[in-house]
Amino acid sequence: MLALRTPPDPESLAASVSDQDRSAVARALNLLDDKRPEARKLAARLLATLPKERLYGSGHLIGLTGPPGAGKSSLTAALVRVWRNRGLAVGILAVDPSSPISGGALLGDRLRMLSSDLDDKVFIRSLACRGEFGGLSAEVWPMSLVMLAAFDIVLVETVGVGQKEIDVSKLTDTTCFVAQPASGDSIQFLKAGIMEIPHVLVVNKADVGLAARKTLSELRGTLKPPAHAGDWQVPALAASATKGTGIEELADSIEAHRAWLTAQGMLPTIRKRFQAEWIVKRLLEEFGRFGIETLGGESRLLDSLVEIPGSPFEQYESLRNRFLTNRGQ
Amino acid sequence: MSSDRKEVKRDRPWLMRTYSGHSSAKASNELYRTNLSKGQTGLSVAFDLPTQTGYDADHPLAHGEVGKVGVPIGHIGDMEALFDQIPLDKMNTSMTINATAAWLLSLYIAVAERQGVAPSQLQGTTQNDIIKEYLSRGTYIFPPEPSVRLTTDIISYTVNHIPKWNPTNICSYHLQEAGATPTQELAYALSTAISVLDAIRDAGQIDGDAFANVVGRTSFFVNAGIRFVEECCKMRAFVGMWDRIAKERYGVQDPKLRRFRYGIQVNSLGLTESQPENNVQRIVLEMLAVTLSKNARARAIQLPAWNEALGLPRPWDQQWALRMQQVLAIETDLLEYGDILDGSPIIDAKVRELVQGAEEEMRRVKEEGGMVQAVETGYVKRQLVTSHTDRMRAIEAGDLKIIGVNCFTETAESPLTSGTDSGIMKVDATAEREQIERLQAFRAERNSKEAESAIAQLGDAARSGINIMDASIRCAQVGVTTGEWSNELRGVFGEYRAPTGIDISTHGMGQSETVATLRERTLKTGEELGRPLKILVGKPGLDGHSNGAEQIAVKARDVGFEVVYEGIRLTPEQIVKAAEEEGVHLIGLSVLSGSHLELVEDALGRLAEIGLSEVPVIVGGIVPTEDEQNLKAHGVAAVYTPKDSDMNRIMSDLVNIIRESNGLERFEDAA
Repeated sequence: MLALRTPPDPESLAASVSDQDRSAVARALNLLDDKRPEARKLAARLLATLPKERLYGSGHLIGLTGPPGAGKSSLTAALVRVWRNRGLAVGILAVDPSSPISGGALLGDRLRMLSSDLDDKVFIRSLACRGEFGGLSAEVWPMSLVMLAAFDIVLVETVGVGQKEIDVSKLTDTTCFVAQPASGDSIQFLKAGIMEIPHVLVVNKADVGLAARKTLSELRGTLKPPAHAGDWQVPALAASATKGTGIEELADSIEAHRAWLTAQGMLPTIRKRFQAEWIVKRLLEEFGRFGIETLGGESRLLDSLVEIPGSPFEQYESLRNRFLTNRGQ
Repeated sequence: MSSDRKEVKRDRPWLMRTYSGHSSAKASNELYRTNLSKGQTGLSVAFDLPTQTGYDADHPLAHGEVGKVGVPIGHIGDMEALFDQIPLDKMNTSMTINATAAWLLSLYIAVAERQGVAPSQLQGTTQNDIIKEYLSRGTYIFPPEPSVRLTTDIISYTVNHIPKWNPTNICSYHLQEAGATPTQELAYALSTAISVLDAIRDAGQIDGDAFANVVGRTSFFVNAGIRFVEECCKMRAFVGMWDRIAKERYGVQDPKLRRFRYGIQVNSLGLTESQPENNVQRIVLEMLAVTLSKNARARAIQLPAWNEALGLPRPWDQQWALRMQQVLAIETDLLEYGDILDGSPIIDAKVRELVQGAEEEMRRVKEEGGMVQAVETGYVKRQLVTSHTDRMRAIEAGDLKIIGVNCFTETAESPLTSGTDSGIMKVDATAEREQIERLQAFRAERNSKEAESAIAQLGDAARSGINIMDASIRCAQVGVTTGEWSNELRGVFGEYRAPTGIDISTHGMGQSETVATLRERTLKTGEELGRPLKILVGKPGLDGHSNGAEQIAVKARDVGFEVVYEGIRLTPEQIVKAAEEEGVHLIGLSVLSGSHLELVEDALGRLAEIGLSEVPVIVGGIVPTEDEQNLKAHGVAAVYTPKDSDMNRIMSDLVNIIRESNGLERFEDAA
């Protein structure tokens, strides 16, 4: 295995990332993607150096998902314009499927084209899902952290229908589901409880008229009023990325969910919870159910990880070592 | 001579044209007058990319593109110079212009007026088929809906004021270039015609009776490939299908108005860079496809030059193309007979097969909601990319044989390409600067108050929905520029980026041993470098021919690369920004307009500025050998031209280029 040619200094890289240095963000993302042992160590130091208050207490991590052809990318581009007008810096992680045959992927096709204007406060990294179960590659969580350190809004865009693809809700503060007019799939999934309820529902292509209105009213039909006063009421909205209608309202709803999380004091908890789940998932993949049991069982493990958060790579490595030591290897 | 030399009645030959224009209006005017003196019977104007995409010569996106693929027309002064000493009442002029068609037609009308020629006397064609621009040629500006409105405005205007004008030339030509099979060509061209005619009918600018004339003035621009028997059947299929559509869908009673009238440029896709002299016989055979059957014969023919795949043709190359037409029309006995294919059961069966296939595909387009919707959803583009990919794979596998490319490749040195000019035309490097100087002088001299008020009226017309032509003609008369006209409409209509169509399924990705080896190498190199290999394929500049870039992107995905492809018309600055954000291992730039030197050097400079000069850059396009050396001297890792048709070989190179730039040893060549 080849050694890193110019190993970056993780501490100064972290400082530059926090200063919104675009080139530093790009290099940090490359480093997090790098599987070489030497790179993993540097990446762990990088994540440990990023300011905790930004990673777990500020910014807004948003998931945008929905079936192919629903117009997620044009909607993203429209949202980016609204956020930019509000003076927010935006980082985007666009996840595309990998080919199961070649392992290759075509990335960010539509999105890049729609936001090709030269704006230093918009940063797009596309990522292949690389055969990962759940449609999200393992790199998404650590990469989101780097982006949270640099940008006000971090949006993760994924494609698909049903629970598999809404896994993005296990990583993001606010999950927004984009429905396609006249396609009943998402509604069926929601009704059957196969799909976790997103925080914001939006029917794109509202300009097509009747079909969009029908889908919107069906979606609203699946939503129940909150069980307790003060619970989040999921809004269902109509928007048109091409006509630019309903975008401000969508941005407002997404922002309202963040305000609600903050008011409930939940933001730091859920981020730490996401990270804990991410670590447990990695351990589960490597050592199976047996490994998790050896380490004390899933729920105890999750609780302990949430209580004492650290950088995800360091925590993962330390648990990994604990398991290997316990097994006497 | 075997036949008796008695008087035979011969049909009138088709219009003979050469698609041309370069450097400046003055230089192009000289070329046109020379061509006409050699027996050419009409003009076919090639505009440069800034003119086609609505930018003035001094706009940043125009840099490197001015006067390259055609003539730059920035205002009425240029248009006047272009037709100097060419009386427009006697000329039949075809203009390959789409997004800015209303503008160029307005300039043409304004120049005619200065020559004392009334609009009603003008004859010619504006291509004005925006839909295929989204699919293949790429010189669109506005979103589909306002674009179709501009198209219908031109049609309504000409039917009322320029009765001998062909306001729209529905193009199946570019569909074939983008990979369409004959069936797809028939289906998509006819579906496009239907969507345009439906829009005119529904816009209500034309009275019921005059609508038959609109159908009658609708013409087509078709392609003919090397399978000339099938292509000839395709033309017969077009004639029959159009007649039926005109009669049944639009109720046109007069058979003359139901005629499938078309012009043709034979296939450029099949012209090869290796042993380019073979292109001469290809062009002649392809011409037979559109002339043999009298009932399906072309109204106008323009032939490419034999050396088009090498670079810009010289006047002598264009003359050769014209002489091919003259020999067929004047020396042979073709025009002495009726339709020599009538009654052939083999031809009839083939035509039936094509019609059936086309009707089926037209139904699918209808299910998508019509042609405009099928383009917007990316359906049509995906079909085309799939067909084109299949073609490339067939060539690669040797199933589709091309002489001099994948068989009979041995050749003696060609005296045609060994001259001091390497057998192509060089555009004068000072053309861009001079055009900018003329433009700025023109702007300084005009009455800017009048220009501003004409632009404001144009904006009002665009917003209110009244026909755009009167306001555009006014703009032409008072010296508004191409960039100003387009910018005003951009403000009203918005700008559009079309689906790239490369998100196609993985079917038939290629399973050969070579492909398997390449996948292993991509994977292994990715592991050695710590993460999967990722490349960016970019198209800098204004040229919209994206087939090459798309094929590379799809092929790279097939052998395991993660590929970022961004579509067309980006500045080098935008591409470099994306390369940085995406963290790619290699950048591929595709340029077919001849502006490779300027655009690539610009990109390399910007990469160096942000400390990314270690990322290797490769270039694909129509790049003369001399320029190839030049590019490599500037640091380009490899240059690929149309003769490099072995995609596996290119992929093998990409892996090795990435390896070398990262200090790894090369693999042996895989292909």
